[in-house]
Amino acid sequence: MSTTIENPNYAYPARSKRGPSFEKAGWIFMRASGVVLVVLIFGHLAYNLIWTPGGISAIDFGFVGGKLADPFWRWWDVTMLWLAILHGSNGMRTIVNDYVHKPRIRQIALGAIAVAAAILILLGTLITFTFDPCPPTADPSLLPSFCADL
Amino acid sequence: MSETSSSLTLPDPSPRKTSFSGTLYRGNEGMWSWVLHRITGVAIYFFLLVHVLDTALIRVSPEAYNAVMATYKNPIMGLGEVVLVGAVVLHALNGLRIILVDVWPWATRNQRPLFWIVMGVVVVLMAYFVPNHLINVFSPMEGAE
Repeated sequence: MSTTIENPNYAYPARSKRGPSFEKAGWIFMRASGVVLVVLIFGHLAYNLIWTPGGISAIDFGFVGGKLADPFWRWWDVTMLWLAILHGSNGMRTIVNDYVHKPRIRQIALGAIAVAAAILILLGTLITFTFDPCPPTADPSLLPSFCADL
Repeated sequence: MSETSSSLTLPDPSPRKTSFSGTLYRGNEGMWSWVLHRITGVAIYFFLLVHVLDTALIRVSPEAYNAVMATYKNPIMGLGEVVLVGAVVLHALNGLRIILVDVWPWATRNQRPLFWIVMGVVVVLMAYFVPNHLINVFSPMEGAE
């Protein structure tokens, strides 16, 4: 048994409008960001939870402060932040468009997703680049080891 | 497009025979991969919101950050992290499968075995992650909190 679809090439283009398409850009973005996120997030999980001795039990201000003092990890984390929030928010937008049919409620839901994305990207980026791993008034025992040399 | 007279022949999907009847759509691997992709995506999204906020406490004080990280070291949270990482791994690998299915005709025809390959790789990666993580959760190193 098989199904034969007569004339699979529909006579009309899927989209008659010319010019850039937001939905197509979103489709491409989900795939491009997805591939990059697989690398960034698998690296994030492997480094923090497995390859660092102690894993989750060793994560504290000293560990993360030490990481964020390194430009490599700063850019890793901030790229991951932007791509993950945008990828996740666009996915939530798709789901809301699929299931929320009342225009008013859909508008509110989409607005909430956009506001949350903007706040978290702004907050996360500011924190990454204004972070001081050795705050002068803090308990020295909680700080990364290199703070003692300053 | 001038080629409008050709036709495309696809093998019938073979739905499983069950005793259910009615109009409920019972898809196969393709549908379940779609369902799992949505569920894991939503779960990861909400964790991401929380995770950016807890990481933001690093800008407040070492004490504030260490206090929130202590909650992640609780054994119940440790088990939750296994579920979370499982969701991330599944979403990641199924996402790569979706890209292949979109761009590569061979993968489109073989999306079903590819789903099982994805599940197999998830099992292998989790077999590496879970023991390592559970040791860190339940018997942390000396000196580490």
